[in-house]
Amino acid sequence: MSAKGRPAGELPPPGGTARSATVAPVTWLRRPVTDTQITHRSRLWLYAIAVLVMAFLVIPTVIVVPMSFSGSQYLEFPPRQWSLRWYDNYFASASWMAATATSFKAAALTTLVATPLGTMAAYGLHVSRFRFTRLIVGTLLTPMIVPVILIGIGIFYVYAKLHLVNTLAGLVLAHSMLAVPLVVMVVLSAFKSFDANQEMVARSLGASRVVAFLLVTLPQIRFAVVSGAALAFLTSFDEIIVALFVSGGENSTLTRNMFNSLRDQVDPTIAAISTIMIVVTSLLLAVSQRFGRKRDP
Amino acid sequence: MPGRGGHARPAGNAAESGVSAAADARDRAAGRPNASLLHRRGRHERLGVLCLALPSLLLVFITLVLPVGWLFGLSLLADDGSLTLEHYRKMLEQPSYARTFRTTFEVSVLTTGICVLLGYPLSYFLSQLPRRAANLCMIAVLLPLWTSLLVRTYAWLVLLQRRGLVNTWAMELGLWNEPVALVHNLTGTLIGTVHVLLPFLVLPLYASMMAIDRDYLKAAANLGAGPVRTFWMVFFPLSLPGLLTGALIVFILCLGFYVTPAVLGGGKVIMVSSRIANDIEIFFNWGAASALGVVLLVLTFAFMLIASRLLRASAILGHADPT
Repeated sequence: MSAKGRPAGELPPPGGTARSATVAPVTWLRRPVTDTQITHRSRLWLYAIAVLVMAFLVIPTVIVVPMSFSGSQYLEFPPRQWSLRWYDNYFASASWMAATATSFKAAALTTLVATPLGTMAAYGLHVSRFRFTRLIVGTLLTPMIVPVILIGIGIFYVYAKLHLVNTLAGLVLAHSMLAVPLVVMVVLSAFKSFDANQEMVARSLGASRVVAFLLVTLPQIRFAVVSGAALAFLTSFDEIIVALFVSGGENSTLTRNMFNSLRDQVDPTIAAISTIMIVVTSLLLAVSQRFGRKRDP
Repeated sequence: MPGRGGHARPAGNAAESGVSAAADARDRAAGRPNASLLHRRGRHERLGVLCLALPSLLLVFITLVLPVGWLFGLSLLADDGSLTLEHYRKMLEQPSYARTFRTTFEVSVLTTGICVLLGYPLSYFLSQLPRRAANLCMIAVLLPLWTSLLVRTYAWLVLLQRRGLVNTWAMELGLWNEPVALVHNLTGTLIGTVHVLLPFLVLPLYASMMAIDRDYLKAAANLGAGPVRTFWMVFFPLSLPGLLTGALIVFILCLGFYVTPAVLGGGKVIMVSSRIANDIEIFFNWGAASALGVVLLVLTFAFMLIASRLLRASAILGHADPT
């Protein structure tokens, strides 16, 4: 055993990293990590791989942010000269502005449609425990399984018959279908940890089912409903393939225009738009975390 | 029991319903609350509540079942409107289709393999960290998931292009002397798909690793197994259901992947999804696109079925809950 001194029984819980600040690096290397007595030193290769993989995941996700402030045609990192020219480009372009407005409208409307629909479905499925409800849950989750390209061209075909192609309503309907499964999943899992007897008590005291739901149940599953709403918004805002086929003209979305521009060339304006999209997503997630936080568990 | 209606279950078959009808009559005569009526009402009410799922079901029906069903019909129609298997026969005969399917499987298998190689050590590392540090490192896995797919794909396009960051830095470090084509080919496609799909492997794998009872490891060590042996004989087998779940999710998602391969493959890596889109956008060939779509859907469901079978089997063998 390389770890001198301490017998196995007195070892700190696995991973001394939290306390390693107070321990000299050399001793940290010799300390056992797990109950099987492996030391940090013999684990260094694992730490190296893990850090590299995490860098691989994170760096490409955030690197467009500094690059979008680059002044040159070829996006550099770090930028040799800083400028806002790509942002100017974006804000000055009428077509980019129109696409942005469409995306926000579609996402907001999708949230307004999918959140109540999904919450209602989750409530219905949770309360009525029939044997076949599993089948309904399965049906509601199929949009997550079917390849989106198939959904895209199928909806395009049906919408062409219904004259819904290139309309905001058609886009919102399609995006709501994609968002409902997420809302259902998040809210259903919240119901699993919710004590249904509370609603029973409220109803036995004279509240109707609707009142009992609104006053007793909803406040307690609020966190899940808000997360579901945020997911619905992002589903629509980030959706590409369906938008590619059913949005167009004055109702084409931001993602559709970005995708089409990416297929042609590397336009640095996209870096500016990407940064704005990252900011929107982060803000939305931060707000939904704040707004829907559980007070005490 | 028939005398006390208080525990009567809703009627399940003819014989029982006869019994409960008799019980109902007795209850009514005695002025007791009618138990089976209450049950029937409860059942009705539950059915009513279930109707809350109807709007969502309707939505899924109109925008998913109907369109996909329609495509299924289109795949069986010839240009003159007669029933035909023409589009499926072409798929077997034309070598270009075989190439598309081979590319799709190649990309999916390679992506899954690379994801396993990168994701297993990362998940293992995360599972060994103390809770708070693990949650912090978890951000690295979740951040890409929260970021728009298009943003990440664009970032790779920028990083991997001829004068991009990767080529510049590699040449400065002396790894290669002139710019290497890293994008608009298989390499770029794989880098992109692995980056997008890796979190889908890590999340279930990490969850299954966290569910492993650490006492097994202690027991193995106590019985004289060294760290390496403990890992391979105890930890690794117990983590297999999670690994299998993650790998199958990655594989299935990759089969139908469109955006990232279409952009980073630059028209040179044609997967099934890209081909479907091309058939519609360029050739307006609905029959061929639909047939291809149906095959993709069937493949996806087939792999899902295999996945659920395998997982049930491995869950029994490995004692670990795959979900």
